[in-house]
Amino acid sequence: MASITLDNLGKIYAGGTRAVGDVNIDIADGEFIVLVGPSGCGKSTLLRMVAGLESISEGEVRIGDRVVNEVEPADRDIAMVFQNYALYPHMSVRENLAYGLKNRRTPKAEIDRRVDEAAEILQIGKFLDRKPKALSGGQRQRVAMGRAIVREPAAFLFDEPLSNLDAKLRVAMRLEIKELQKRLRTTSLYVTHDQLEAMTLADRLVVLNGGRVEQIGTPLEVYRRPASAFVAGFIGSPAMNLLDAGAVPFLPGSAHAGQVGIRPEDLDVTADGPIELQVTAVEELGAQRLVHGHTAGERMTITLPSDAALSDVLRLTPRPGALHLFDRQTGARMD
Amino acid sequence: MIENRPGLNLLAHLTLIFGVCVVALPVWVAFVASTHGATDFMSGTIPMWPGPHLVENYSQMLGAGVSTSGTPPVATMMLNSLIMALAIAIGKIAISILSAFAIVYFRFPLRGLAFWCIFITLMLPVEVRIVPTFQVVADLGLLNSYAGLSIPLIASATATFLFRQVFLTIPDELTEAARIDGAGPMKFFRDILLPLSRSNIAALFVILFIYGWNQYLWPLLVTTSSDYYTIVAGIKRMADAVDGLPQWHLVMATAMLAMIPPVAVVIGMQRLFVKGLVETEK
Amino acid sequence: MKRTIFRNQLLPWLLLAPQLVITFVFFLWPAAQAVKQSFLREDAFGTRTSFVGLANFEKLWGNAEYLNSLQVTAVFAISVTILSMGLSLILAVAVDRMIRSSRVYTTLLVWPYAVAPAVAGILWWFIFNPTIGIMPYVLAQVGYDWNHISSKSDAMTLVVIASAWKQISYNFLFFVAGLQAIPASLREAAAIDGAGPVRRFFDITFPLLSPTTFFLLVVNIVYAMFDTFGVIDATTEGGPAQATNIMVYKVYFDGFVGQNMGSSAAQSVVLMMLVLVLTVVQFRYVEKKVEY
Repeated sequence: MASITLDNLGKIYAGGTRAVGDVNIDIADGEFIVLVGPSGCGKSTLLRMVAGLESISEGEVRIGDRVVNEVEPADRDIAMVFQNYALYPHMSVRENLAYGLKNRRTPKAEIDRRVDEAAEILQIGKFLDRKPKALSGGQRQRVAMGRAIVREPAAFLFDEPLSNLDAKLRVAMRLEIKELQKRLRTTSLYVTHDQLEAMTLADRLVVLNGGRVEQIGTPLEVYRRPASAFVAGFIGSPAMNLLDAGAVPFLPGSAHAGQVGIRPEDLDVTADGPIELQVTAVEELGAQRLVHGHTAGERMTITLPSDAALSDVLRLTPRPGALHLFDRQTGARMD
Repeated sequence: MIENRPGLNLLAHLTLIFGVCVVALPVWVAFVASTHGATDFMSGTIPMWPGPHLVENYSQMLGAGVSTSGTPPVATMMLNSLIMALAIAIGKIAISILSAFAIVYFRFPLRGLAFWCIFITLMLPVEVRIVPTFQVVADLGLLNSYAGLSIPLIASATATFLFRQVFLTIPDELTEAARIDGAGPMKFFRDILLPLSRSNIAALFVILFIYGWNQYLWPLLVTTSSDYYTIVAGIKRMADAVDGLPQWHLVMATAMLAMIPPVAVVIGMQRLFVKGLVETEK
Repeated sequence: MKRTIFRNQLLPWLLLAPQLVITFVFFLWPAAQAVKQSFLREDAFGTRTSFVGLANFEKLWGNAEYLNSLQVTAVFAISVTILSMGLSLILAVAVDRMIRSSRVYTTLLVWPYAVAPAVAGILWWFIFNPTIGIMPYVLAQVGYDWNHISSKSDAMTLVVIASAWKQISYNFLFFVAGLQAIPASLREAAAIDGAGPVRRFFDITFPLLSPTTFFLLVVNIVYAMFDTFGVIDATTEGGPAQATNIMVYKVYFDGFVGQNMGSSAAQSVVLMMLVLVLTVVQFRYVEKKVEY
């Protein structure tokens, strides 16, 4: 187990395109860090640089106290779980788990002990002699995790490990990963484009956009105080309403801001509310309902209890302290 | 099938049966001839049904051959053919899979040039450069040797391209997982690539075995000592020699023996054979 | 293009070495020799060679025997291609109708692929043998006096049949695969539109089969031009009177038997050009093969 430090990390491809720049992240020993962002934001590249699968153009990666820029992936003391699992199709589950240990000349008895232990933890004991082809998606996912666990590495690297599963299984596996990580206390770096997955798993989130870090913080910090309009729009579902400040001049602070953000749940229906919402559609979710509409030409969504009264026009009041103001040019948070 | 037309089905069956007969005709005739004695051909036309000399003719050819033709016993020629076919098939697969591995999994200076050097062999079939190639083999002292029979034929762009295609379909993540698992290039090659290419290797082997066994011009040129005659090349020498003194039953027995191994491979391994045929062309 | 690559620099060269060495020694070097030789001429005693420019090529162009060989090659290649592809297509269409029996028929039709061209030649030569063969006997019944030893057209017919016979299996397999790749729904739609089986074949099946047909066209021409040496050598040896002396046979004959090195080399160079053209045509069609 170890800490991981990304120090001014950058990646420039052979053609001169910059994929990642100025990334500084300090990951504490045992911490679960999630890299989240839209596709093409450089999160996978970043992970692969830590793994050693992608060369480092600028800066340093340190695992523990060791600079690993030039160290082979196998010697970085990491384990990786791939999106498509990357199980060796011609080997049994047992051989898949044992392969890395065998290559490290781990004694046979020790390999057996670790494989059995991992199989026990992941409940894949009865599949050990099957080939990956004979397993379901969820089972393959477990084997992929098992391959990481048996290595007892300093860190786990996860590259969108749940995206190939169906929605229901994804939620179940998400919880299992979380529990497993709490139990093993292995430093983990996890890449996903799914903000919900990121929120639920992370000790700390790293939100990336265009190859740069937008914000680092605990899920609640990021949710409550998004550092930029991008983060505000990306984290949270339904997404935060981002209104052009000029359209809502009556809201406090909007005179100096470019955009004003209000989370859908931070708006209350009141008789004399300053915002007038023209309702266009209502989505029933059961526990609550989503009301979509527009105000002064800006689209807006609010969440209401499922028993709240509806009408074509609703007057809304933002809750105190619920306004997020973002700079006109940079999109950065203003307070 | 779209509509049920018994007439069309019958026509299709008749066409196919006719086709099968036409395709089989020459082999049937050869088989019949190989079961008769020398005198049966004097009458003018050959018989259409097998005669009583099958065992006699085949054992004579396998064991002793036709001494006047200067060819060794057929068993010797078949062994030579087997050695040549195996050497060509195994050699081609070995050098092709290694070079495909180099081209797909490494980036190095002049990689493009190496690729084109291999590619260009497609355009130089042995028939086209026969005289100078013979000269090279003669200069290297490889005439009348198994090496001379096989090595000049084992470089092939087709096999290299096939393996390249196979490797390109193997997901990158598998290679990455292997790297993280501590496998170097050769370990990855042995533990992952080779097992994953197994069925392609088998299919290619079937095609190349037939290719090697059926070589004609090359063995004809590089073997002057009868110890190294292969059966396909030897049969022509035998036919030439017996032309004056017709021993057609023996020539046809030899032809049958020359066909049996590759035909058995095609029929016995039809699935691999078709796979190999389609893959080497795509 | 692979994302993951190993970084070694020496290893790839070691892996490539066997193939590159063999390619250089047995392919590139001899090909270069042929090109060089094609510009040289030896004197009558083989002691002195001199550079003669394009004279060897010019001589070829003025040589009636060579021009004849070009013509023979064209007739031979076209006949083999049409005969073999035509028969194979008919058989493939018939098998395509079969459900249970297609495997059996396929097995019974694919094995000639495994017969060596030289052996195929011997078999057909025997069948057509003017004194004891069955075909001349049958033909005599209808009043045709077959003799491929003296008749040029009979000799050509013989080598065409022997060469086409061997190629039927190959064409058959590719046509069957091509037919199976045509979605049944298209033919069903045409049937609903009122097209009968014959119409459907010409309006739907045959046009959709054209990629396979084109591919086979090139493959068959290449086969007829370069892989039929064994057939010719085992049957007619180019005769009678040059009637079956195709280009690859002439290269061999002039080089090894006639010992005319300059001319043989020039012919080799011409053949290389032809293969080049055919390869380019083929790769235009299966383009993905050349990319790397």
